[in-house]
Amino acid sequence: MSTQVPFTIEQFYKFLAEGKLMAAKCQKCGKIHLPPRPMCDNCYGQDFVWMEVSGKGKLLTYTTIHVAPQQFQSLVPYTVGIVELENGLKLPGMISGIPPEAVKIGMALKVEFKACDVGQTWPQWQRYCFKLT
Amino acid sequence: MGNQGLNGKPLVSIVSAGLSKFGKHEGLYARELFSYAAKEAFDRCPKLEPKRDVKAMFIGHMGEAYEHQGHTGSAVADWAGLLGVAATRTEAACASSGAALRSGIFAVLSGLADVVIVGGVEKMTHRSTSEVTEYLAMASDYPFEQFHGITFPGLFALMATAHMNAYGTTQEQMAKVAVKNHHNASLNPKAHLQKEITVDKVMESKMVAWPFKMYDCSLITDGASCVVLAKPELAAKYTDQPVHIVGSGQASDTIGLYERKSLTSLQATKTAAKTAYDMAAVSPAQVQVAEVHDCFTYAELMAYEDLGFCPVGESGALIDSGETCLGGRLPVNTSGGLKAKGHPVGATGTAQVYEIYLQLTGQAEKRQVKDAKLGLTHNVGGSGATATVHLYRSDA
Repeated sequence: MSTQVPFTIEQFYKFLAEGKLMAAKCQKCGKIHLPPRPMCDNCYGQDFVWMEVSGKGKLLTYTTIHVAPQQFQSLVPYTVGIVELENGLKLPGMISGIPPEAVKIGMALKVEFKACDVGQTWPQWQRYCFKLT
Repeated sequence: MGNQGLNGKPLVSIVSAGLSKFGKHEGLYARELFSYAAKEAFDRCPKLEPKRDVKAMFIGHMGEAYEHQGHTGSAVADWAGLLGVAATRTEAACASSGAALRSGIFAVLSGLADVVIVGGVEKMTHRSTSEVTEYLAMASDYPFEQFHGITFPGLFALMATAHMNAYGTTQEQMAKVAVKNHHNASLNPKAHLQKEITVDKVMESKMVAWPFKMYDCSLITDGASCVVLAKPELAAKYTDQPVHIVGSGQASDTIGLYERKSLTSLQATKTAAKTAYDMAAVSPAQVQVAEVHDCFTYAELMAYEDLGFCPVGESGALIDSGETCLGGRLPVNTSGGLKAKGHPVGATGTAQVYEIYLQLTGQAEKRQVKDAKLGLTHNVGGSGATATVHLYRSDA
Protein backbone atom coordinates (compact mmCIF):
# COMPACT_ATOMS: atom_id res chain seq x y z
CA MET A 1 0.00 0.00 0.00
CA SER A 2 1.38 3.39 -0.92
CA THR A 3 2.41 5.60 1.93
CA GLN A 4 1.11 8.55 -0.13
CA VAL A 5 -2.38 7.70 1.06
CA PRO A 6 -2.99 9.83 4.17
CA PHE A 7 -3.33 8.06 7.50
CA THR A 8 -6.61 9.67 8.48
CA ILE A 9 -10.02 8.69 9.80
CA GLU A 10 -11.52 9.77 6.49
CA GLN A 11 -9.19 7.44 4.61
CA PHE A 12 -10.24 4.62 6.95
CA TYR A 13 -13.82 5.16 5.77
CA LYS A 14 -12.75 5.42 2.12
CA PHE A 15 -11.19 1.97 2.44
CA LEU A 16 -14.43 0.71 3.99
CA ALA A 17 -16.20 1.80 0.83
CA GLU A 18 -13.82 -0.51 -1.03
CA GLY A 19 -14.73 -3.35 1.35
CA LYS A 20 -11.47 -3.23 3.28
CA LEU A 21 -10.98 -2.84 7.02
CA MET A 22 -7.61 -1.10 7.27
CA ALA A 23 -5.39 -0.13 10.20
CA ALA A 24 -2.09 1.78 10.20
CA LYS A 25 1.09 0.24 11.59
CA CYS A 26 3.82 2.52 12.92
CA GLN A 27 7.09 1.59 11.20
CA LYS A 28 9.15 2.92 14.09
CA CYS A 29 7.62 1.19 17.13
CA GLY A 30 5.20 -1.29 15.58
CA LYS A 31 2.03 -0.01 17.26
CA ILE A 32 -1.10 -0.68 15.21
CA HIS A 33 -3.60 2.15 15.08
CA LEU A 34 -7.32 1.74 14.44
CA PRO A 35 -8.44 4.35 13.63
CA PRO A 36 -5.28 5.53 11.89
CA ARG A 37 -3.74 8.81 12.99
CA PRO A 38 -1.12 11.14 11.49
CA MET A 39 1.29 10.75 14.41
CA CYS A 40 1.96 7.71 16.59
CA ASP A 41 0.91 8.45 20.18
CA ASN A 42 3.47 5.92 21.43
CA CYS A 43 6.72 7.04 19.76
CA TYR A 44 5.66 10.21 17.86
CA GLY A 45 6.68 8.58 14.60
CA GLN A 46 4.97 9.57 11.33
CA ASP A 47 6.01 6.68 9.16
CA PHE A 48 3.11 4.24 8.80
CA VAL A 49 2.11 1.38 6.57
CA TRP A 50 -1.47 0.28 5.91
CA MET A 51 -2.45 -3.23 6.88
CA GLU A 52 -5.74 -5.01 6.27
CA VAL A 53 -7.18 -6.46 9.47
CA SER A 54 -9.68 -9.21 10.08
CA GLY A 55 -13.27 -8.10 10.42
CA LYS A 56 -14.03 -11.02 12.68
CA GLY A 57 -14.22 -10.70 16.43
CA LYS A 58 -16.21 -11.18 19.59
CA LEU A 59 -18.67 -8.90 21.34
CA LEU A 60 -17.28 -7.21 24.48
CA THR A 61 -20.42 -5.33 25.52
CA TYR A 62 -23.68 -3.98 24.09
CA THR A 63 -26.77 -1.86 24.69
CA THR A 64 -30.08 -1.44 22.93
CA ILE A 65 -30.92 2.19 22.22
CA HIS A 66 -34.54 3.23 22.63
CA VAL A 67 -34.14 7.03 22.79
CA ALA A 68 -32.13 8.14 19.76
CA PRO A 69 -31.06 11.35 18.07
CA GLN A 70 -33.40 12.49 15.28
CA GLN A 71 -31.47 10.90 12.41
CA PHE A 72 -31.56 7.43 13.98
CA GLN A 73 -35.13 7.48 15.27
CA SER A 74 -36.51 5.39 12.41
CA LEU A 75 -34.23 2.52 13.51
CA VAL A 76 -35.29 2.42 17.18
CA PRO A 77 -34.81 0.08 18.98
CA TYR A 78 -31.36 -0.77 17.67
CA THR A 79 -28.43 -2.51 19.32
CA VAL A 80 -24.87 -1.17 19.41
CA GLY A 81 -21.80 -2.79 20.84
CA ILE A 82 -18.03 -2.84 21.05
CA VAL A 83 -16.31 -5.67 19.20
CA GLU A 84 -12.78 -6.90 19.84
CA LEU A 85 -11.30 -8.01 16.54
CA GLU A 86 -9.03 -11.04 16.19
CA ASN A 87 -5.90 -8.89 16.48
CA GLY A 88 -7.05 -7.22 19.70
CA LEU A 89 -8.14 -3.94 18.08
CA LYS A 90 -11.61 -2.73 19.00
CA LEU A 91 -14.43 -1.05 17.09
CA PRO A 92 -17.88 0.11 18.13
CA GLY A 93 -20.88 -0.17 15.85
CA MET A 94 -24.43 -1.29 15.24
CA ILE A 95 -25.25 -4.97 15.51
CA SER A 96 -27.80 -5.88 12.88
CA GLY A 97 -29.82 -8.93 12.00
CA ILE A 98 -29.98 -10.21 15.59
CA PRO A 99 -32.96 -9.57 17.91
CA PRO A 100 -31.83 -7.51 20.95
CA GLU A 101 -32.76 -10.29 23.40
CA ALA A 102 -30.52 -12.74 21.51
CA VAL A 103 -27.41 -10.57 21.75
CA LYS A 104 -24.85 -12.00 24.18
CA ILE A 105 -21.42 -10.88 25.36
CA GLY A 106 -18.74 -13.07 23.77
CA MET A 107 -20.76 -13.90 20.65
CA ALA A 108 -18.81 -14.15 17.38
CA LEU A 109 -19.48 -11.25 14.98
CA LYS A 110 -18.01 -9.93 11.76
CA VAL A 111 -17.91 -6.57 10.07
CA GLU A 112 -20.25 -6.00 7.15
CA PHE A 113 -19.55 -3.06 4.90
CA LYS A 114 -23.03 -1.76 4.40
CA ALA A 115 -25.63 -0.49 6.73
CA CYS A 116 -28.50 1.89 7.05
CA ASP A 117 -28.74 5.16 5.17
CA VAL A 118 -29.78 7.76 7.68
CA GLY A 119 -29.95 10.60 5.17
CA GLN A 120 -26.97 12.46 6.55
CA THR A 121 -25.34 15.25 4.54
CA TRP A 122 -21.96 15.22 6.31
CA PRO A 123 -19.88 13.20 6.51
CA GLN A 124 -21.06 10.95 3.69
CA TRP A 125 -19.01 7.97 4.71
CA GLN A 126 -19.54 4.33 4.07
CA ARG A 127 -21.13 2.76 7.13
CA TYR A 128 -20.40 -0.62 8.64
CA CYS A 129 -22.21 -2.84 11.07
CA PHE A 130 -21.64 -6.15 12.81
CA LYS A 131 -23.45 -9.38 11.93
CA LEU A 132 -23.28 -12.97 13.09
CA THR A 133 -20.38 -14.89 11.56
CA MET B 1 1.54 11.71 39.99
CA GLY B 2 2.60 10.84 43.56
CA ASN B 3 2.52 12.98 46.65
CA GLN B 4 2.67 16.64 45.72
CA GLY B 5 4.39 17.45 49.01
CA LEU B 6 1.47 19.55 50.18
CA ASN B 7 0.25 17.08 52.82
CA GLY B 8 -3.12 18.65 53.25
CA LYS B 9 -2.03 22.29 53.08
CA PRO B 10 -4.93 24.31 51.67
CA LEU B 11 -4.57 25.13 47.98
CA VAL B 12 -7.38 27.69 48.08
CA SER B 13 -10.26 28.43 50.42
CA ILE B 14 -13.94 28.61 49.58
CA VAL B 15 -15.41 31.71 51.20
CA SER B 16 -18.89 31.58 49.67
CA ALA B 17 -21.10 29.69 47.24
CA GLY B 18 -24.45 30.02 45.53
CA LEU B 19 -26.82 27.84 43.54
CA SER B 20 -29.86 28.66 41.46
CA LYS B 21 -32.93 26.51 41.93
CA PHE B 22 -32.46 23.50 39.64
CA GLY B 23 -35.37 22.66 37.38
CA LYS B 24 -37.25 24.07 34.43
CA HIS B 25 -36.77 27.81 34.03
CA GLU B 26 -38.89 28.88 31.10
CA GLY B 27 -37.97 32.20 29.60
CA LEU B 28 -34.60 32.54 31.29
CA TYR B 29 -31.33 32.68 29.40
CA ALA B 30 -28.23 30.97 30.87
CA ARG B 31 -26.61 34.28 31.74
CA GLU B 32 -29.75 35.33 33.62
CA LEU B 33 -29.84 32.02 35.47
CA PHE B 34 -26.24 32.46 36.56
CA SER B 35 -27.03 35.81 38.19
CA TYR B 36 -29.23 33.98 40.73
CA ALA B 37 -26.33 31.75 41.78
CA ALA B 38 -23.97 34.74 41.95
CA LYS B 39 -26.50 36.75 44.00
CA GLU B 40 -26.71 34.00 46.62
CA ALA B 41 -22.90 33.76 46.78
CA PHE B 42 -22.61 37.55 47.21
CA ASP B 43 -25.35 37.66 49.87
CA ARG B 44 -23.68 34.88 51.87
CA CYS B 45 -20.46 36.85 52.02
CA PRO B 46 -21.23 40.48 52.99
CA LYS B 47 -17.55 41.28 53.43
CA LEU B 48 -16.89 40.52 49.76
CA GLU B 49 -17.03 43.55 47.47
CA PRO B 50 -17.38 41.78 44.12
CA LYS B 51 -16.41 44.67 41.85
CA ARG B 52 -13.30 45.38 43.95
CA ASP B 53 -12.20 41.92 45.01
CA VAL B 54 -12.94 39.47 42.18
CA LYS B 55 -10.06 39.35 39.72
CA ALA B 56 -11.04 36.46 37.48
CA MET B 57 -13.94 34.18 36.56
CA PHE B 58 -13.95 30.70 35.06
CA ILE B 59 -17.36 29.53 33.91
CA GLY B 60 -18.17 25.99 32.90
CA HIS B 61 -20.59 25.86 29.96
CA MET B 62 -20.82 22.85 27.71
CA GLY B 63 -22.74 23.72 24.60
CA GLU B 64 -23.47 26.57 22.23
CA ALA B 65 -26.21 24.52 20.61
CA TYR B 66 -28.77 24.95 23.38
CA GLU B 67 -29.12 28.73 23.04
CA HIS B 68 -27.10 29.47 19.87
CA GLN B 69 -24.77 31.19 22.28
CA GLY B 70 -21.06 30.81 22.71
CA HIS B 71 -18.59 33.16 24.44
CA THR B 72 -20.44 32.56 27.68
CA GLY B 73 -17.72 33.70 30.08
CA SER B 74 -18.06 37.38 29.34
CA ALA B 75 -21.86 37.32 29.08
CA VAL B 76 -22.13 35.66 32.49
CA ALA B 77 -19.63 38.08 34.05
CA ASP B 78 -21.66 41.05 32.80
CA TRP B 79 -24.99 39.69 34.08
CA ALA B 80 -23.34 38.92 37.44
CA GLY B 81 -22.37 42.57 37.87
CA LEU B 82 -18.71 41.96 37.14
CA LEU B 83 -18.23 43.67 33.80
CA GLY B 84 -14.53 44.11 33.14
CA VAL B 85 -13.32 41.10 35.12
CA ALA B 86 -11.12 38.57 33.30
CA ALA B 87 -13.75 35.99 32.37
CA THR B 88 -13.19 32.72 30.53
CA ARG B 89 -15.46 29.86 29.63
CA THR B 90 -14.12 26.39 30.34
CA GLU B 91 -15.39 23.37 28.42
CA ALA B 92 -14.87 19.73 29.30
CA ALA B 93 -18.34 18.38 28.55
CA CYS B 94 -20.15 17.53 31.80
CA ALA B 95 -16.95 18.29 33.72
CA SER B 96 -16.89 21.87 32.43
CA SER B 97 -17.21 23.44 35.86
CA GLY B 98 -14.96 20.85 37.49
CA ALA B 99 -12.42 22.20 35.00
CA ALA B 100 -13.44 25.77 35.93
CA LEU B 101 -12.65 24.95 39.55
CA ARG B 102 -9.22 23.66 38.54
CA SER B 103 -8.60 26.84 36.53
CA GLY B 104 -9.60 28.94 39.55
CA ILE B 105 -7.18 27.01 41.74
CA PHE B 106 -4.41 27.58 39.17
CA ALA B 107 -5.18 31.32 39.16
CA VAL B 108 -5.07 31.69 42.94
CA LEU B 109 -2.07 29.42 43.50
CA SER B 110 -0.10 31.24 40.80
CA GLY B 111 -0.52 34.47 42.73
CA LEU B 112 -2.12 36.23 39.75
CA ALA B 113 -5.47 36.59 41.57
CA ASP B 114 -6.37 36.59 45.26
CA VAL B 115 -10.10 36.11 44.77
CA VAL B 116 -11.74 34.33 41.83
CA ILE B 117 -15.20 33.10 40.99
CA VAL B 118 -15.68 29.68 39.48
CA GLY B 119 -19.02 28.34 38.43
CA GLY B 120 -21.10 26.96 35.65
CA VAL B 121 -24.41 27.13 33.87
CA GLU B 122 -26.54 25.28 31.35
CA LYS B 123 -30.02 25.98 29.99
CA MET B 124 -31.41 22.76 28.51
CA THR B 125 -35.12 22.22 29.10
CA HIS B 126 -36.38 24.37 26.22
CA ARG B 127 -35.03 21.77 23.78
CA SER B 128 -36.64 18.45 22.85
CA THR B 129 -35.29 15.20 24.30
CA SER B 130 -34.06 14.23 20.84
CA GLU B 131 -32.15 17.51 20.46
CA VAL B 132 -30.62 17.25 23.93
CA THR B 133 -29.64 13.62 23.23
CA GLU B 134 -27.81 14.81 20.12
CA TYR B 135 -26.10 17.77 21.85
CA LEU B 136 -24.90 15.60 24.73
CA ALA B 137 -23.60 12.99 22.32
CA MET B 138 -21.26 15.65 20.93
CA ALA B 139 -19.05 14.93 23.95
CA SER B 140 -18.39 11.45 22.58
CA ASP B 141 -16.24 10.33 19.64
CA TYR B 142 -18.08 11.57 16.54
CA PRO B 143 -16.59 9.40 13.75
CA PHE B 144 -16.95 6.09 15.59
CA GLU B 145 -19.63 6.56 18.26
CA GLN B 146 -22.16 9.24 17.26
CA PHE B 147 -21.83 8.33 13.58
CA HIS B 148 -23.04 4.83 14.42
CA GLY B 149 -25.98 5.97 16.54
CA ILE B 150 -24.41 5.57 19.97
CA THR B 151 -25.93 7.98 22.48
CA PHE B 152 -24.70 9.20 25.83
CA PRO B 153 -26.93 6.93 27.90
CA GLY B 154 -25.79 4.24 25.45
CA LEU B 155 -22.11 4.73 26.33
CA PHE B 156 -22.71 4.35 30.05
CA ALA B 157 -25.05 1.45 29.31
CA LEU B 158 -22.19 -0.28 27.46
CA MET B 159 -20.15 0.03 30.67
CA ALA B 160 -23.04 -1.14 32.85
CA THR B 161 -23.61 -4.22 30.69
CA ALA B 162 -19.92 -5.09 30.93
CA HIS B 163 -20.00 -4.69 34.74
CA MET B 164 -23.13 -6.84 35.04
CA ASN B 165 -21.41 -9.51 32.98
CA ALA B 166 -18.12 -9.36 34.91
CA TYR B 167 -19.38 -9.04 38.50
CA GLY B 168 -23.04 -10.01 38.52
CA THR B 169 -24.22 -6.48 39.30
CA THR B 170 -28.00 -6.26 38.88
CA GLN B 171 -30.46 -3.75 37.51
CA GLU B 172 -32.06 -3.68 40.97
CA GLN B 173 -28.76 -2.59 42.54
CA MET B 174 -28.53 0.23 40.01
CA ALA B 175 -32.13 1.15 40.78
CA LYS B 176 -31.22 1.50 44.47
CA VAL B 177 -28.87 4.36 43.53
CA ALA B 178 -31.83 6.19 42.03
CA VAL B 179 -34.04 5.46 45.04
CA LYS B 180 -31.37 6.79 47.45
CA ASN B 181 -30.70 9.92 45.43
CA HIS B 182 -34.39 10.71 44.98
CA HIS B 183 -34.81 10.40 48.76
CA ASN B 184 -31.94 12.86 49.30
CA ALA B 185 -33.40 15.23 46.72
CA SER B 186 -36.74 15.14 48.55
CA LEU B 187 -34.87 16.89 51.40
CA ASN B 188 -33.26 19.47 49.10
CA PRO B 189 -35.42 22.50 48.28
CA LYS B 190 -33.22 23.34 45.29
CA ALA B 191 -33.48 19.90 43.66
CA HIS B 192 -35.30 19.46 40.35
CA LEU B 193 -37.26 16.36 41.44
CA GLN B 194 -38.16 16.41 45.13
CA LYS B 195 -40.06 13.15 45.20
CA GLU B 196 -39.35 9.67 46.48
CA ILE B 197 -39.38 6.68 44.12
CA THR B 198 -39.17 2.91 44.56
CA VAL B 199 -37.08 0.17 42.94
CA ASP B 200 -40.27 -1.03 41.20
CA LYS B 201 -40.88 2.42 39.76
CA VAL B 202 -37.35 2.45 38.30
CA MET B 203 -37.74 -1.05 36.87
CA GLU B 204 -41.10 -0.26 35.28
CA SER B 205 -40.05 3.06 33.71
CA LYS B 206 -39.58 3.52 29.99
CA MET B 207 -36.46 1.96 28.45
CA VAL B 208 -33.82 4.48 27.30
CA ALA B 209 -30.73 2.37 26.56
CA TRP B 210 -30.82 -1.14 27.97
CA PRO B 211 -30.24 -1.75 30.91
CA PHE B 212 -31.05 1.90 31.68
CA LYS B 213 -34.65 2.92 32.13
CA MET B 214 -35.81 6.51 32.45
CA TYR B 215 -35.25 6.50 36.23
CA ASP B 216 -31.65 5.30 35.76
CA CYS B 217 -30.87 8.52 33.93
CA SER B 218 -30.11 12.00 35.23
CA LEU B 219 -32.45 14.84 34.43
CA ILE B 220 -32.42 17.43 31.69
CA THR B 221 -32.31 20.52 33.86
CA ASP B 222 -31.65 24.26 33.88
CA GLY B 223 -29.32 25.52 36.56
CA ALA B 224 -26.30 27.53 37.62
CA SER B 225 -23.69 27.31 40.36
CA CYS B 226 -21.15 29.76 41.74
CA VAL B 227 -18.24 29.38 44.18
CA VAL B 228 -15.97 32.14 45.51
CA LEU B 229 -12.34 31.07 46.02
CA ALA B 230 -9.75 33.05 47.96
CA LYS B 231 -6.10 32.72 48.79
CA PRO B 232 -6.06 30.76 52.11
CA GLU B 233 -4.21 33.54 53.93
CA LEU B 234 -7.06 35.93 53.04
CA ALA B 235 -10.00 33.65 53.80
CA ALA B 236 -10.53 34.97 57.33
CA LYS B 237 -11.04 38.44 55.88
CA TYR B 238 -14.23 37.19 54.20
CA THR B 239 -15.66 34.46 56.42
CA ASP B 240 -15.43 32.74 59.79
CA GLN B 241 -16.19 29.39 58.12
CA PRO B 242 -13.82 28.82 55.22
CA VAL B 243 -13.76 25.43 53.54
CA HIS B 244 -10.29 24.56 52.31
CA ILE B 245 -9.59 22.66 49.10
CA VAL B 246 -6.76 20.33 50.08
CA GLY B 247 -6.55 18.05 47.05
CA SER B 248 -7.14 18.62 43.34
CA GLY B 249 -6.80 16.06 40.56
CA GLN B 250 -7.77 16.06 36.90
CA ALA B 251 -7.01 13.53 34.19
CA SER B 252 -7.92 12.67 30.61
CA ASP B 253 -8.61 9.47 28.72
CA THR B 254 -9.47 8.49 25.13
CA ILE B 255 -12.58 10.28 23.88
CA GLY B 256 -13.82 6.99 22.43
CA LEU B 257 -14.97 4.42 24.98
CA TYR B 258 -13.98 1.59 22.65
CA GLU B 259 -10.26 2.41 22.89
CA ARG B 260 -10.09 1.98 26.68
CA LYS B 261 -8.42 -0.95 28.44
CA SER B 262 -11.33 -1.23 30.89
CA LEU B 263 -15.02 -0.98 30.09
CA THR B 264 -16.07 -1.18 33.75
CA SER B 265 -13.99 1.61 35.29
CA LEU B 266 -12.77 5.10 34.41
CA GLN B 267 -8.99 5.46 34.42
CA ALA B 268 -9.35 9.25 34.42
CA THR B 269 -11.23 9.08 37.73
CA LYS B 270 -8.67 6.73 39.24
CA THR B 271 -5.76 8.96 38.18
CA ALA B 272 -7.46 12.18 39.33
CA ALA B 273 -8.40 10.57 42.65
CA LYS B 274 -4.87 9.35 43.32
CA THR B 275 -3.51 12.84 42.66
CA ALA B 276 -6.09 14.42 44.98
CA TYR B 277 -5.72 11.87 47.79
CA ASP B 278 -1.90 12.12 47.68
CA MET B 279 -2.02 15.91 47.68
CA ALA B 280 -4.38 15.97 50.64
CA ALA B 281 -2.56 13.11 52.41
CA VAL B 282 -5.85 11.31 53.10
CA SER B 283 -7.24 7.89 52.24
CA PRO B 284 -10.65 7.07 50.76
CA ALA B 285 -11.70 5.65 54.16
CA GLN B 286 -11.40 9.11 55.71
CA VAL B 287 -13.94 10.75 53.37
CA GLN B 288 -17.14 11.55 55.31
CA VAL B 289 -19.39 12.90 52.56
CA ALA B 290 -19.08 12.77 48.76
CA GLU B 291 -20.82 14.15 45.69
CA VAL B 292 -20.02 11.81 42.79
CA HIS B 293 -20.94 11.94 39.12
CA ASP B 294 -24.16 9.89 38.91
CA CYS B 295 -25.22 10.90 35.39
CA PHE B 296 -26.59 7.35 35.23
CA THR B 297 -27.15 4.99 38.16
CA TYR B 298 -24.32 2.73 37.09
CA ALA B 299 -21.95 5.74 37.01
CA GLU B 300 -22.35 6.10 40.79
CA LEU B 301 -21.53 2.42 41.35
CA MET B 302 -18.47 2.77 39.11
CA ALA B 303 -17.40 5.86 41.09
CA TYR B 304 -17.52 3.87 44.37
CA GLU B 305 -14.91 1.53 42.93
CA ASP B 306 -12.78 4.10 41.09
CA LEU B 307 -12.64 6.41 44.14
CA GLY B 308 -11.66 3.54 46.44
CA PHE B 309 -14.86 3.48 48.50
CA CYS B 310 -15.08 -0.29 47.94
CA PRO B 311 -13.07 -3.03 46.19
CA VAL B 312 -13.49 -3.59 42.43
CA GLY B 313 -16.69 -5.47 41.66
CA GLU B 314 -18.29 -4.79 45.04
CA SER B 315 -20.16 -1.56 44.36
CA GLY B 316 -23.44 -3.46 44.07
CA ALA B 317 -22.90 -4.85 47.56
CA LEU B 318 -22.03 -1.36 48.83
CA ILE B 319 -25.33 0.14 47.66
CA ASP B 320 -27.15 -2.91 49.11
CA SER B 321 -25.48 -2.27 52.49
CA GLY B 322 -27.03 1.18 52.84
CA GLU B 323 -23.66 2.66 53.86
CA THR B 324 -23.91 5.38 51.20
CA CYS B 325 -27.35 6.52 52.38
CA LEU B 326 -27.87 9.47 54.71
CA GLY B 327 -27.08 8.11 58.17
CA GLY B 328 -24.67 5.53 56.71
CA ARG B 329 -20.88 5.35 56.98
CA LEU B 330 -20.26 7.44 53.87
CA PRO B 331 -23.30 9.33 52.56
CA VAL B 332 -22.99 9.88 48.79
CA ASN B 333 -24.90 12.47 46.79
CA THR B 334 -26.70 14.00 49.75
CA SER B 335 -27.91 16.75 47.38
CA GLY B 336 -29.87 14.23 45.32
CA GLY B 337 -27.03 14.02 42.82
CA LEU B 338 -27.24 14.57 39.10
CA LYS B 339 -29.92 11.90 39.16
CA ALA B 340 -32.56 13.84 41.12
CA LYS B 341 -31.16 17.27 41.93
CA GLY B 342 -30.62 17.58 38.18
CA HIS B 343 -27.77 17.75 35.67
CA PRO B 344 -27.45 21.12 33.94
CA VAL B 345 -24.20 19.85 32.49
CA GLY B 346 -21.99 22.94 32.69
CA ALA B 347 -23.21 23.76 36.20
CA THR B 348 -22.82 20.30 37.71
CA GLY B 349 -19.18 20.32 38.88
CA THR B 350 -19.47 23.44 41.00
CA ALA B 351 -23.00 22.49 42.12
CA GLN B 352 -21.33 19.48 43.72
CA VAL B 353 -18.90 21.89 45.43
CA TYR B 354 -21.89 23.90 46.71
CA GLU B 355 -23.34 20.83 48.45
CA ILE B 356 -20.00 19.93 50.08
CA TYR B 357 -19.61 23.58 51.14
CA LEU B 358 -23.02 23.39 52.86
CA GLN B 359 -22.15 20.08 54.48
CA LEU B 360 -18.78 21.17 55.84
CA THR B 361 -20.18 24.45 57.18
CA GLY B 362 -23.14 22.74 58.84
CA GLN B 363 -25.74 24.37 56.57
CA ALA B 364 -27.20 21.29 54.86
CA GLU B 365 -30.32 21.26 57.06
CA LYS B 366 -32.27 17.98 56.75
CA ARG B 367 -29.43 16.47 54.70
CA GLN B 368 -26.71 17.38 57.18
CA VAL B 369 -24.06 14.71 57.72
CA LYS B 370 -23.16 14.94 61.41
CA ASP B 371 -19.72 16.42 62.12
CA ALA B 372 -18.61 16.23 58.49
CA LYS B 373 -15.10 17.67 58.16
CA LEU B 374 -13.72 15.97 55.04
CA GLY B 375 -15.63 15.92 51.75
CA LEU B 376 -15.02 14.88 48.14
CA THR B 377 -16.40 15.88 44.74
CA HIS B 378 -16.06 13.87 41.53
CA ASN B 379 -17.02 15.32 38.16
CA VAL B 380 -16.87 13.36 34.88
CA GLY B 381 -16.84 14.72 31.32
CA GLY B 382 -18.08 12.67 28.39
CA SER B 383 -17.95 8.92 28.91
CA GLY B 384 -14.88 9.47 31.09
CA ALA B 385 -12.47 11.32 28.80
CA THR B 386 -12.22 13.90 31.59
CA ALA B 387 -12.50 13.52 35.34
CA THR B 388 -11.83 15.91 38.19
CA VAL B 389 -11.63 14.94 41.87
CA HIS B 390 -11.37 17.44 44.72
CA LEU B 391 -11.03 17.07 48.48
CA TYR B 392 -12.32 19.61 51.01
CA ARG B 393 -11.64 20.14 54.69
CA SER B 394 -13.17 22.40 57.28
CA ASP B 395 -11.32 23.19 60.48
CA ALA B 396 -14.31 24.37 62.46
